[in-house]
Amino acid sequence: MQNYQTQQSTVLEILDAHRTMPGSLLPILHGIQDTLGYIPPAAVADIASSLNLSQAEVHGVISFYHYFRDTPPGKHTVRICRAESCQSMNSKALENHAKQVLGIDYHETTADQTFSLEPVYCLGNCACSPSITIDDQVFGRVTPDKFDSLLAKFKGA
Amino acid sequence: MTRLFISRDSTALSLGAEQVADAFTQHTADRGQSVEIVRNGSRGLFWLEPLVEVETPQGRVAYGPVQEEDVAALLDAGLLEGKPHPLYLGNIEELPYFKNQNRLTFARVGITDPVSLGDYLANDGYKGLKNALALQPAEIVKHVTDSGLRGRGGAAFPTGIKWNTVLNASGEQKYIVCNADEGDSGTFSDRMIMEGDPFVLIEGMTIAGIAVGATQGYIYLRVEYPHAKIALNQAIEAAYKNGYLGENIQGSGKTFHLEVRSGAGAYVCGEETSLLESLEGKRGLVRFKPPLPAIVGLFGKPTIVNNVISLASVPIILDKGGEFYKNYGMGRSRGTLPLQLAGNIKHPGLFEAAFGMTLRELLYDYGGGSASGRPIRAVQVGGPLGAYMPESQFDTPLDYEAFAAIGAVLGHGGLVVHDDTTNLADMARYAMEFCVEESCGKCTPCRIGSTRGVEVIDRIVADVDKAKNTELLRDLCDTMLCGSLCAMGGMTPYPVLSALNHFPEDFGLHPTKA
Ligand SMILES: Cc1cc2nc3c(=O)[nH]c(=O)nc-3n(C[C@H](O)[C@H](O)[C@H](O)COP(=O)(O)O)c2cc1C
Ligand code: SF4
Ligand code: FES
Repeated sequence: MQNYQTQQSTVLEILDAHRTMPGSLLPILHGIQDTLGYIPPAAVADIASSLNLSQAEVHGVISFYHYFRDTPPGKHTVRICRAESCQSMNSKALENHAKQVLGIDYHETTADQTFSLEPVYCLGNCACSPSITIDDQVFGRVTPDKFDSLLAKFKGA
Repeated sequence: MTRLFISRDSTALSLGAEQVADAFTQHTADRGQSVEIVRNGSRGLFWLEPLVEVETPQGRVAYGPVQEEDVAALLDAGLLEGKPHPLYLGNIEELPYFKNQNRLTFARVGITDPVSLGDYLANDGYKGLKNALALQPAEIVKHVTDSGLRGRGGAAFPTGIKWNTVLNASGEQKYIVCNADEGDSGTFSDRMIMEGDPFVLIEGMTIAGIAVGATQGYIYLRVEYPHAKIALNQAIEAAYKNGYLGENIQGSGKTFHLEVRSGAGAYVCGEETSLLESLEGKRGLVRFKPPLPAIVGLFGKPTIVNNVISLASVPIILDKGGEFYKNYGMGRSRGTLPLQLAGNIKHPGLFEAAFGMTLRELLYDYGGGSASGRPIRAVQVGGPLGAYMPESQFDTPLDYEAFAAIGAVLGHGGLVVHDDTTNLADMARYAMEFCVEESCGKCTPCRIGSTRGVEVIDRIVADVDKAKNTELLRDLCDTMLCGSLCAMGGMTPYPVLSALNHFPEDFGLHPTKA
């Protein structure tokens, strides 16, 4: 894990850039996660003092939203859709396969820090379920075989 | 210069559209052929994506589904001249799936370059705004009321009435908020509009702003839609540059500003008051109503909260008039609904039709039956809070009241098809589990009831005190129905009870009720 001192200037810059924006907390959290990959717990104090909120309030917001994370992710984040349309096309088998080949469960990161695995509830790609995303790319009609070849590709990248 | 059209829609991309576009760029360059590749939205015939259309003197000719390894052979066969090939489809608009739709809201999607203002203007774009600028605010609202448009986001509340409330509310600042959280499984029409014709949403929101005197709009977009965000921001930038957003819109003296805000993966933030909390930078807890958001909304100010499709339907209403729109549909369900066919279906896609078609027509005449070739057993309509409908209900017309009469909902128009391998007790359990995961936590029936619901279903399936636990499950559903503040807890019983009533055998129960 990185030392917060090396990240703090980034956090302060993001806070500064949002100073006049109404309802700025979510955009700030997105800004931090986009840049650092996660929201360092040590950043909460800076966010709170900048927005004149208590640290508990800021922490409450971060923990309410599934998308925000407070630990660094692996190099690539794999999200598997668990919602109904994907289930109708056997996403359960895909989930089991993914957990097995990665050797991790949801919300975990592989030991070599290459992949993090997260569940997601619908990607709007239900017309070709089952669907996954790897980082910002969506893939449809994902079979276990296709999953393996995608992993191989991202592992190399 | 020959123009090729290859979609930038997420679903087309998920099937390899980017690689196909790259292959065309590469191969045509190698051959010294000059082509322009337009990255359009999707026509919505997803089993044919990636679809490639080529502009010929005889009109557009389509090929699909195309993979990158097909590109060389397609060019050899004379794709640029619209010549035959095994993937040749002809004019996509002549296929029954496309031809028999009523494309009002989706008129341009899949046809134009989504972020080209020139394309938008050349295809009837901004005609609605032009008319609106010549009308009094109350007259704009009257067109929307006359059209019979009801909210497409789920609750089906008349849009004109909502607008009228905001118009008459006093406040120096008012807001237009577009609900682009589209979290329901089986729905993607909001995404397709935002990726395929973002200007129509921008125009609809601008008209809403002018109608009620709101000068600021926000699009609350779910974070799962990165491509929609890119397209929206490109279109917003073009609209600002050309005087369609900002101060003094088209010299009218009217002002409207617009910004996209990202959600963060919470289903409940699609509920309108929870969405407003989230926009304000808080946890997405549902607010008590009243006061309505129309009176006390974003930052305490009068606010219109409308779904993407509701707002994107406004430009055509203002272009052609409320009466024109109202002439489509049946009963109190007027206009068109963009239906979304998903799950285990042979021909998944977007089908915009006037209200009144039956589910069966849609599933079999257009959807082509299941993808697996097995019998269709159940269809969940209207997202995770919608009922599972058995075959005996497939003749129900797509109409808000007809669905309500059988304890189902049309919701956002998404259909998720399941074949006979799906176990409905599993789906009922999942519905409860989803509620556990996504409840905002404010009320007990939803927060705790859903956890108990999972356990009770597990006991029924494991054959522990079956009769007693089935009764308990029904009681629990009753408590959730009556004791929840919003439809998250209040409608989770829909999928659960419909599964229990129509598919008791999956719970190891004997069919008792019809
Ligand atoms: C749990 C829950 C989730 C919802 N999600 C959405 C959504 O993603 N998009 C949407 O437009 N409406 C959603 N709604 C409905 C909204 O609360 C609201 O009715 C709608 O945005 C109003 O716009 P409309 O009148 O144009 O439909 C949801 C409601 C509930 C209870
Ligand atoms: S029903 Fe559930 S989601 Fe809705 S307000 Fe109550 S706890 Fe929150
Ligand atoms: S349900 Fe998986 S993409 Fe929609």
